[in-house]
Amino acid sequence: MAAHLKKRVYEEFTKVVQQQHEDLSTKKLRLTKPSKSAALHVDLCKATSPADALQYLLQFARKPVEVESVEGVVRILLEHYYKENDASVRLKIASLLGLLSKTAGFSPDCIMDDAINTLQNEKSHQVLAQLLDTLLVIGTKLPENPSVRMRLVEVACKHLTDSSHGVRNKCLQLIGCLGPVEKGVAKEAESQAAKDVQKIIGDHFNDQDPRVRTAAIKAMLQLHERGLKLQQAIYSQACKLLADDYEQVRSAAVQLIWVLSQLYPESIVPIPSSNEEIRLVDDAFGKICHMVSDGSWVVRVQAAKLLGSMQQVSSHFLEQTLDKKLMSDLRRKRTAHERAKELYSSGEFSSGRKWGDDAPKEEIDTGAVNLIESGACGAFVHGLEDEMYEVRIAAVEALCMLAQSSPSFAEKCLDFLVDMFNDEIEEVRLQSIHTMRKISNNITLREDQLDTVLAVLEDSSRDIREALHELLCCTNVSTKEGIHLALVELLKNLTKYPTDRESIWKCLKFLGSRHPTLVLPLVPELLSTHPFFDTPEPDMDDPAYIAVLVLIFNAAKSCPTMPALFSDHTFRHYAYLRDSLSHLVPPLRLPGRKLVSSAVSPSIPPHEDPSQQFLHQSLERVYNFQHLDPRGIQELLEFTIRDLQRLGELQSELAGMADFTATYLQCQLLLIKALQEKLWNVAAPLYLKQNALASAAAKQILEETYKMEFMYSGVESRQVVIIHHMRLQAKALQLIVTARTTRGVEPLFGMCEKFLQEVDSFQRCFISELPHMQGSFVDKLLDLMPRLVTSKPSEVVKILQTTLRQSTFLHLPLPEQLHRATANIIEPTGESDNPLRFTSGLVVALDVDATLEHVQDPQGTVKVQVLYPDGQAQLIHPKPADFRNPGPGRHRLITQVYLSHTAWTEPCQIEVRLLLAYNSNRSKASTRVPKSTWSESSEALPPLENGIEGTIPFSKPVKVYIMPKPARR
Amino acid sequence: LLMFSWCPGAGQDVGRSCILVSIAGKNVMLDCGMHMGYNDDRRFPDFSYITQNGRLTDFLDCVIISHFHLDHCGALPYFSEMVGYDGPIYMTHPTKAICPILLEDYRKITVDKKGETNFFTSQMIKDCMKKVVAVHLHQTVQVDEELEIKAYYAGHVLGAAMFQIKVGCESVVYTGDYNMTPDRHLGAAWLDKCRPDLLITESTYATTIRDSKRCRERDFLKKVHETVERGGKVLIPVFALGRAQELCILLETFWERMNLKAPIYFSTGLTEKANHYYKLFITWTNQKIRKTFVQRNMFEFKHIKAFDRAFADNPGPMVVFATPGMLHAGQSLQIFRKWAGNEKNMVIMPGYCVQGTVGHKILSGQRKLEMEGRQILEVKMQVEYMSFSAHADAKGIMQLIRQAEPRNVLLVHGEAKKMEFLKQKIEQEFHVSCFMPANGETTTILTNPCIPVDISLGLLKRETAIGAAPDAKRPRLMHGTLLMKDNSFRLVSPEQALKELGLAEHQLRFTCRVHIQDPRKEHETVLRVYNHLKGVLKDYSVQHLPDGSITVESILIQATAHSEDQGTKVLLVSWTYQDEELGSYLTSLLKKGLPQSTP
Repeated sequence: MAAHLKKRVYEEFTKVVQQQHEDLSTKKLRLTKPSKSAALHVDLCKATSPADALQYLLQFARKPVEVESVEGVVRILLEHYYKENDASVRLKIASLLGLLSKTAGFSPDCIMDDAINTLQNEKSHQVLAQLLDTLLVIGTKLPENPSVRMRLVEVACKHLTDSSHGVRNKCLQLIGCLGPVEKGVAKEAESQAAKDVQKIIGDHFNDQDPRVRTAAIKAMLQLHERGLKLQQAIYSQACKLLADDYEQVRSAAVQLIWVLSQLYPESIVPIPSSNEEIRLVDDAFGKICHMVSDGSWVVRVQAAKLLGSMQQVSSHFLEQTLDKKLMSDLRRKRTAHERAKELYSSGEFSSGRKWGDDAPKEEIDTGAVNLIESGACGAFVHGLEDEMYEVRIAAVEALCMLAQSSPSFAEKCLDFLVDMFNDEIEEVRLQSIHTMRKISNNITLREDQLDTVLAVLEDSSRDIREALHELLCCTNVSTKEGIHLALVELLKNLTKYPTDRESIWKCLKFLGSRHPTLVLPLVPELLSTHPFFDTPEPDMDDPAYIAVLVLIFNAAKSCPTMPALFSDHTFRHYAYLRDSLSHLVPPLRLPGRKLVSSAVSPSIPPHEDPSQQFLHQSLERVYNFQHLDPRGIQELLEFTIRDLQRLGELQSELAGMADFTATYLQCQLLLIKALQEKLWNVAAPLYLKQNALASAAAKQILEETYKMEFMYSGVESRQVVIIHHMRLQAKALQLIVTARTTRGVEPLFGMCEKFLQEVDSFQRCFISELPHMQGSFVDKLLDLMPRLVTSKPSEVVKILQTTLRQSTFLHLPLPEQLHRATANIIEPTGESDNPLRFTSGLVVALDVDATLEHVQDPQGTVKVQVLYPDGQAQLIHPKPADFRNPGPGRHRLITQVYLSHTAWTEPCQIEVRLLLAYNSNRSKASTRVPKSTWSESSEALPPLENGIEGTIPFSKPVKVYIMPKPARR
Repeated sequence: LLMFSWCPGAGQDVGRSCILVSIAGKNVMLDCGMHMGYNDDRRFPDFSYITQNGRLTDFLDCVIISHFHLDHCGALPYFSEMVGYDGPIYMTHPTKAICPILLEDYRKITVDKKGETNFFTSQMIKDCMKKVVAVHLHQTVQVDEELEIKAYYAGHVLGAAMFQIKVGCESVVYTGDYNMTPDRHLGAAWLDKCRPDLLITESTYATTIRDSKRCRERDFLKKVHETVERGGKVLIPVFALGRAQELCILLETFWERMNLKAPIYFSTGLTEKANHYYKLFITWTNQKIRKTFVQRNMFEFKHIKAFDRAFADNPGPMVVFATPGMLHAGQSLQIFRKWAGNEKNMVIMPGYCVQGTVGHKILSGQRKLEMEGRQILEVKMQVEYMSFSAHADAKGIMQLIRQAEPRNVLLVHGEAKKMEFLKQKIEQEFHVSCFMPANGETTTILTNPCIPVDISLGLLKRETAIGAAPDAKRPRLMHGTLLMKDNSFRLVSPEQALKELGLAEHQLRFTCRVHIQDPRKEHETVLRVYNHLKGVLKDYSVQHLPDGSITVESILIQATAHSEDQGTKVLLVSWTYQDEELGSYLTSLLKKGLPQSTP
């Protein structure tokens, strides 16, 4: 056998050498690999002690093995396996077998028999467990082969009686992963053992080892995940496991119970020690609730999380989770929540300053008090008060999910959520605010609750405040006092944290438009108008006054009687604000005035929107310029670009679209300008200036194309083609320019070849789009391709030049939605005159706070750049945790940038800006869900497009005044 | 075996905790507290109860102190130095650090202020502390060869612990005071499923289920915040340790969060020393403080500064924590007198006040107070009551019992009437027996101790080889000899037992005669019997020996003709004691007679 194996190895060796002759170009590197198995064999034979052998194996494991030689290596390993006496070496071999069978492209069925055979004589439990693990790998690699799986499951069943927990663990795992799922297969099974996998696994729920019990439950869950319908009988078994001594068992059991409750929600189970029966899902809910007060926090987190997804539970049980009967000296006491509610309904608000205020009321029947409740009683009360914040967060999440599906529950849980706003951990506070926002359409805040909510507005954390503003945007308030309170608190917030201005205005906008009738009676007070006297005109630039106006104007939109209460200056202010803050102030139908800019109304679908029409019309005009003279074309382009840019400024919804097209037209304009130069015909070296212009144009076009490709979200493959095409043209231009400026032919060879490769890859990438590109540059180029490949560089350049001139301008189809990535640095503001002083050589942390819009994957792409006055630039990659996602398409970067420099004599400004990094490998073309053709080809692309990485600045730079002082000695 | 639990101090009473436990011959004293209400001998437990006239050190194996409150450790110097005890005293590290500060303070008040004599001295406190052995959480401490103790986290105050006391397989868990809901600086009590024979738990709030802590905290903060915004001053009378730190953390984080600027002061004194220890024992605090202490130790207060007497007259808002907590004397009373006249100010009482103190008077709504010197002080400031108690409520107690799964529960440190209710509940829910002894009463609890027996490996292997695969959940019968020698139990095979004891083996044989009607000759009868047995007992070796007898395994069968009646044959069956089963089976088989001959 051994001799035969060795022969095989050498055979392999020679064979592959031959292959290498067959196609030299691609498989160069495979030359030395096959000797690996041979070398391993030699090494293992040489090994004098187990420790030696182990070393060899460890070394071997570090290197990858390719698909062709896997089988050979496996055979050698097996051969040594049988010879080896030392268990640790056998263990390593077993684990290597598993690793090898994972090799992509290798089908392990050929080694399965051998692997099973090794099990037979193995004595060491550890090695057995490892071998079973290997079998599991083999089994998972062969999903289409039920008979193999059957065999493996049988093997596993045989070893279930092993005395070592490790072996039993692996057996159960194997059964869970490979056990038959369909009924049909189970019937055909020849052996008894494999027939009822569920029963086999279920028997091990009572195993003496907790690890095995856990493995059994996990295997059961695995079966469920693979689609097997678990039997209801398991439920009672699982319930017993909830009282297990070990936390991992309980944790898994909670999961199992949850699964069963989802499978059989409506079946009826008896309540022990009584004759009553309840729905299974209710029973399970009660049991999981019970686990929320488990001793182990892992279990508590698990239980709290799962509660959220049990939506079929009856409302009676659900509401119990928030119930905790208070008592004091056996007398019923009302909770603070109940008291607050009562105070509120009795019309008296927030007194409660007496000692006996919470004095207990009626006597409690001692028999009726259930201290350790069997049901769901108070589960959330406990969960929300838990010691570990992980549990509290899980409980808040669960509350959120349950409240979303049940309005009455949402109403009830409100008090508790409001309480969470004062949690000691910010994450929990934030989470509960978000939760509240999510359920806000189901609830109306009472005044006292609102009071607590608003108290959080003073929080020093910006995240919290902003989350709270978002929450207030979509809250329902019940009374006019509530609105007033909210406004007062928001204004307080505004004076304390002036940076929150925008967010507060926005919040008031929604608050106003949601509660017009509640705002109406407040108007005279808010505007401080008086029936008889004229009051002084407030300062128009006061952010607080603007905030009040935003509230009132938005309320007035759906309340036509309100403008009657305005005084003269209010109307003037309205006109001003409507113009300056058009996104916050809606158009109003004011008496004696015509409706300002009534044209833009949300009811008109976008394609009928006149500005959209304008955009399309101007584009149409441009695309037909073919007939114009060159001068006219240039002018037309220039005008259109100007129009589009202005349009983008006016219409924020269209900004992305307009900018995108403007950029494209700009590229085209540059190209035309560069080609139009009459001096092209003159001998090159004389016209350096002209060359500079053309090469600058080429460079700029390249830059712009990268911007187009990576800075806009919503770019589709149709656009990507056009962009790439434009880039190709720019490269052609570059080639021509270089050809004319450089002497000698050698450098041109390389460039031409590279260019042709690029054309080739373009063709391969976008083959499906080529038919749409009739008459374009690339179309013509591809026609000429055979000629190009054979001709000399100088000829190539000539051809390129003519094709570039003759090619038509491609239409840029516009996608539905297009947004330009923008960034706005909020902090540092760049207004400070006080330099940031620090000792040179040490670092100073600069807080950077920026909002990003329409950036995809900001964690990977957004960088911070710091430019020092000496031209030194520093690029900082913010941590992924520094990005928050407050809303769709919006991101927030809050990070710290460390600065350092050698000493300066006087303070100077540095520039901070944000960059968008791109990498053409990660281009949209290849990440997008592809049309079959070019996804495959893009994988096989030769690495010529690799490494085109770059950055696009996309925020205004901010100047920071710093002063590194020399260190004092 | 028996286990006693005997309470010279605690029982159905709050204050003066002192419990004596005898477990499997070991005597352990749990806590050594004093009673705040008495100023005479009754303030300390009556230690003469323990030994009528003998040395305490000889009688007690160790003393365990659960936490540093004086009602749990106040009598310790008296006990160890004045009564005389030299054995080990166990407490956790924070308790060991803070306890002497409090004892010293207590001594000062009693001796220096009230002028009492015959009280323990500073030196005694020091000497007493030298006897203390500090333990870590979850550290198993071997007191002697058999007795071991282990501390669990209890919340309540910094360093409070529950103790598990274990001798052999019998164990007691003593909870001390504990808290099942976490607060701003401490976590919740936790026990594993240790299944003790007895759980001794406090029951201060046996009949109370409390509202969530958050509401109280929020109310507290809101009130303070509102007053400060109005420009008023807030006085919070506290006792130096425990709740004071919680409130400090609460206000400190709130100030931090809300960016408030009003100053917070803490009246100096022993607090500063104590705060220092709070900074050191971060591992004993809750999750939040433990996680953030790398950035900033929460007890390094940024907004809370030391108080100076002169600050009380400063204009503008401020918050002051001042001792003592019941407004009966000292700094808190001084400040109260200064501020009481202004309705903008506020006093917040964070705890219970004893009758007769100023705190109790103002809480019960009295607005005009008579101070010493016949002054009448009119109280215009707002008076608030805010309960921040760190004891487990009824639900918490039940939860702890559920976690620990004890076989018996004993309630201490509570009022009899309330305990009655809880006792009933515990018995009803968990079906375990529950006791509530009065002061000085002894409770005896029967335990069912398991006795470990060593089994020789050979015997075990032999026995397991016989039966089916081992199943841990089922008891099994096995043959062996139990040897009780040198205070240890061993299960060995009979041969080994004989060898060890030096005894000769005695053979025990049973013989039995069976009469068979068979007219044939003897050897023919034997042959028939042989064939019959061979047919029936297929799995056994049945042999026909040349001397005319038959052996089945080791059983011998001989046939002789009856002396009187030749037609009756007498079969002699003889077997040893070990083959009893087979032997009796054979006789019963033979008694049925032989089958009709089939030649």
